[in-house]
Amino acid sequence: MASACVQLCQRCASLSCSRTMGIITLKYSTHTHCPVALRSAFSVPVLLSVLHRRRNLTQSFNSGVRSFCEFHAKVQPSQKTHRDTDESPGDSLVPYQNQLRDGGMPLNEWETALDLDDIPAHSALEKISDKEAVQIDIPATLPPVSITLKDYVDQSETLRSLVLLGVQLWKLEQRPNVGSMLLKLDFQTDVVPRLTFLRQLGVEDSRLGYLISHNPFILTESLENLQARVAYLRSKKFSAESVASMVSRAPYLLNFSVKRIDNRLGFFQQQLGLSAHKTRDVVARLPRLLCGSLEPVKENLKVCKLEMGFRENELQHIVTVIPKVLTANKRKLTQIFDYIHNTMNIPHNLIVKFPQVLNAKYLRIKERHLFLQYLEKAQYDPAKPNYISLEKLVALPDEAFCTEVASATLEDFELFQKTM
Amino acid sequence: MAKASVRAFHKLEGWFSTYKPPGVHWKLVRDTIETNLLKGINAAPPPAPLHRVQFLAEPTNTNVSGGSSELTNTVSGGSSELTISASFVPSLANHPLVNGPDFQHIAVGVGHKLDVFSSGVLVLGVGQGNKSLTDLFRSVVTRDYTLEGEFGMGTDDFTHTGRLIERTTYGHITRDKLERVLAMMQGSNQKALLTYSHVDMNTQEAYEMAVKGELRPNGKSPPIITGLRLLHFQPPHFTLEVQCLNETQRYLCKVLHEVGLELRSTAVCKGVRRTRDGPFTLQHALTRQHWTVPDIIQAIQQHRSSRKTRKAKSTQLRAG
Repeated sequence: MASACVQLCQRCASLSCSRTMGIITLKYSTHTHCPVALRSAFSVPVLLSVLHRRRNLTQSFNSGVRSFCEFHAKVQPSQKTHRDTDESPGDSLVPYQNQLRDGGMPLNEWETALDLDDIPAHSALEKISDKEAVQIDIPATLPPVSITLKDYVDQSETLRSLVLLGVQLWKLEQRPNVGSMLLKLDFQTDVVPRLTFLRQLGVEDSRLGYLISHNPFILTESLENLQARVAYLRSKKFSAESVASMVSRAPYLLNFSVKRIDNRLGFFQQQLGLSAHKTRDVVARLPRLLCGSLEPVKENLKVCKLEMGFRENELQHIVTVIPKVLTANKRKLTQIFDYIHNTMNIPHNLIVKFPQVLNAKYLRIKERHLFLQYLEKAQYDPAKPNYISLEKLVALPDEAFCTEVASATLEDFELFQKTM
Repeated sequence: MAKASVRAFHKLEGWFSTYKPPGVHWKLVRDTIETNLLKGINAAPPPAPLHRVQFLAEPTNTNVSGGSSELTNTVSGGSSELTISASFVPSLANHPLVNGPDFQHIAVGVGHKLDVFSSGVLVLGVGQGNKSLTDLFRSVVTRDYTLEGEFGMGTDDFTHTGRLIERTTYGHITRDKLERVLAMMQGSNQKALLTYSHVDMNTQEAYEMAVKGELRPNGKSPPIITGLRLLHFQPPHFTLEVQCLNETQRYLCKVLHEVGLELRSTAVCKGVRRTRDGPFTLQHALTRQHWTVPDIIQAIQQHRSSRKTRKAKSTQLRAG
């Protein structure tokens, strides 16, 4: 019976392009540590269904449906029970299983390594004692292929703990291959060390969920790499708190190699012409800069310099006050600048004094300016009386703006909006 | 008992109107409102977690935590005694972090559209409201617009932002001349309305409909202006008020252009603003700050109640 299942397995492996699935299914059938009588009764139907599933699987791959392998969720509990119970039939398979986990070997070696005839044959009709019956661990039925992680959450320790941490699994499962990656992780050996590493770094508990929901790949990054990158950041004189806040706000930061981070830090210092201290400040406030592409940043700098006509030192000031200008949409930037400079006639030096205006919404600026113009209060020249600063124009919420700046009611403002 | 989010969603089904600012695409308005609605609906408290039954093997000498264990099956054999007890374990399969939010997208439909250049009342339907939205616009309703024009220029797309084609003089245009042209245009449109309504003009029925002003185009028809009025005239600027059917904003800009040509000059459109769309007026249109769930629920409720009173009034009139 058992050799028949190996043959079946072989056939199924030759059918498939990847051998991993075959490995998974063999483990599934032989490695459950129930008495052999039960096992032999189960093994063939399981394998047949596996063959059937394989066909489904290839179909589902073709139709673009992702699939998750469930094997790891299954392996964990069974390994543990081995350590606990030390039962004889499973014992002979343990070293073998470790080999399999490491990456598999050619199929013909399998047959020789796994001498299935050695296992004492039990008849399916043989009676088992009640005690044995209690100890039989029947694995929960898990679908081998699924489009959601929902089916595996209750069985997998990794997924369960991730949910309790606040990781948004529903978002992760929509990303290609992330679902199977998470299922293959071992909680004790893969997840715990990285979480403790992040905690020691100073990342707050509440941010861990956010971090992993955005970058689940940090769980597969090797610890030495992570440590090297943090050490690099510390060597660049980022304080411990700023490293922690950077890591928690830019989830992909620690997945980048030291060389790449170094490259980027150098780029910002060179392009902006800032001192090391100020560069550090800018990067610590917007760590996203280190993760994203550099091309848009270059473009934005060119837009600010050539299209808007800011001078070098003005640009430096703007960037140190709001680093977000570097990653903003350049069309929005020029739209806002065009309106402020050409329609509202505000000179460069006033914009440099309050660069947050480039970060504001275009519609908000436009509506407020037109309202003030309608009330004949649009006076943006600081030398004249009744001067309205850009800060007053943009930063105040609607109510405060209406009462303090426009000295009108909120209803008036809304009515005015409906005449635009 | 439905979930809190589903109940919130049912409150939202219906029509409401928004005020679209100029320079914004109608799709952006619709998407903003959809995201706002999703945010508001999914903020409802999640339902209580489900429990699943799990069989746990435990030695009998330890106390099984009371209450949860119902089925016990004791097996005594030698030194170790094992019990299988059924216990309720909270199931994570229905956790909001695993399931995702209840509503991942909401059907928000747009009534008669407004192009990027124009502003004004934009009707939106949510959920079941979308079905009746098509009915609303199949029963031909008129819409009000105010058009701002300027004499002396001609552009390729009839708006002031387009490429300038010609400059003309406008000193000879008087209010009187302009009104005469408008009356002429309204007259020709009235004639078109009669032909497209496909009613025999020699009948009493047609006469009564025309007296009540109930004539509507039957089937497909080109844009028809049913009313045209000069609101404000201060050369070169002027403002028109238009009631029309089956129009597009581009057509209205073209009307201004034609007015200019009739007056031996040219005109461009500086703004198209819709002040009424069927039963929806400017008064109840929601501005940008009010595109939130509570305000939208209020607007929908308000529209429902106003519809009821309108229906009641019309039945009273018929009875009386």
